[in-house]
Amino acid sequence: MDQANPLSSTFGREARAGLRDIAPAAIAAIPIGLLFGAVAIAKGLTPTEVAFMSATVFAGGAQFAAIEAWVHPAPIAALAFATFLINARHVLMGASIGPKIKLTRPQKFVALFFMTDETWALSERRALDRPVTAAYWVAISAALYINWLASTTVGAVLGSFLGDPARLGADFAFTALFIGLVAGFGKSRVTLVTAAVSAVVSALVHHFIGAPWHVASGALAGIAAAYCAADREVRS
Amino acid sequence: MSIDMTTFGAILAMAIVTYFTRIAGLFVADRLVLSGRAKAAFDAIPPAVLIAVIAPTALTTGWAEAIAAAITAFVAFRLPLLATVAVGVVSVVLLRGVL
Repeated sequence: MDQANPLSSTFGREARAGLRDIAPAAIAAIPIGLLFGAVAIAKGLTPTEVAFMSATVFAGGAQFAAIEAWVHPAPIAALAFATFLINARHVLMGASIGPKIKLTRPQKFVALFFMTDETWALSERRALDRPVTAAYWVAISAALYINWLASTTVGAVLGSFLGDPARLGADFAFTALFIGLVAGFGKSRVTLVTAAVSAVVSALVHHFIGAPWHVASGALAGIAAAYCAADREVRS
Repeated sequence: MSIDMTTFGAILAMAIVTYFTRIAGLFVADRLVLSGRAKAAFDAIPPAVLIAVIAPTALTTGWAEAIAAAITAFVAFRLPLLATVAVGVVSVVLLRGVL
């Protein structure tokens, strides 16, 4: 069958590669999703509302930040602004990955609804040595979307039956995952300088000013550091 | 199945804002022709954002998290992603037990 239809075999190979690449992130997201659902229930949301939020927002960081600050009745403007601050990075991410995905422009407006830190980072890494195909993007996006919707909803239904996630170290999975993804970008001098500056500025801003400002300021400081470090490298 | 209308509105607002941030880059990318330092800065976006998101947890939560983050970073260059996550989670559990 595969040899009879080379197009579908390419599609299958790309999809399988995507599923293989997204598996660690998807598995790491399960305890985080369960945790989110449980916390949201504790804040007074219903399982329906949790499922609705995961299906339409589909952004872990913004959802956690919103739930953390949730009161009744919900402060719509404040939640929308916090969401914008935390997700502002998507603008840069989309500008970077958009041209690298092999899709038509209308298709990209659908595809980018599903863009997350994890799928974007995997696609950026894949784009280093080969094109990001539609099959690859659909596979990693669908896997993570279904996974997130299911785990947050199950977490909401289980609610308070879930034990303390910190006891199992599940709260650290997100951090470990991101460190692993950063390592995928190599350890050139520019990358190391970027990571160091971003980490220090983010930690300082988080400590002295508070969330969610640390994400934007840390990222911008790291990008500025790369700009300066690359300049020195060119001159030497 | 109950959905409070204010809650529904808040979630919808979050969804619209998030979708806007996801597609806004498509309009910017068309006008971006980068080279040299600007390209280096643009290429640095991925690691810079990822690090900025996790730095407070990794660096300022406590010694267990900081040491576990260092161990995770060490093995990240040598092990596959899932193994890296496993090492990080096991490290933090053990360190929290000891420290």
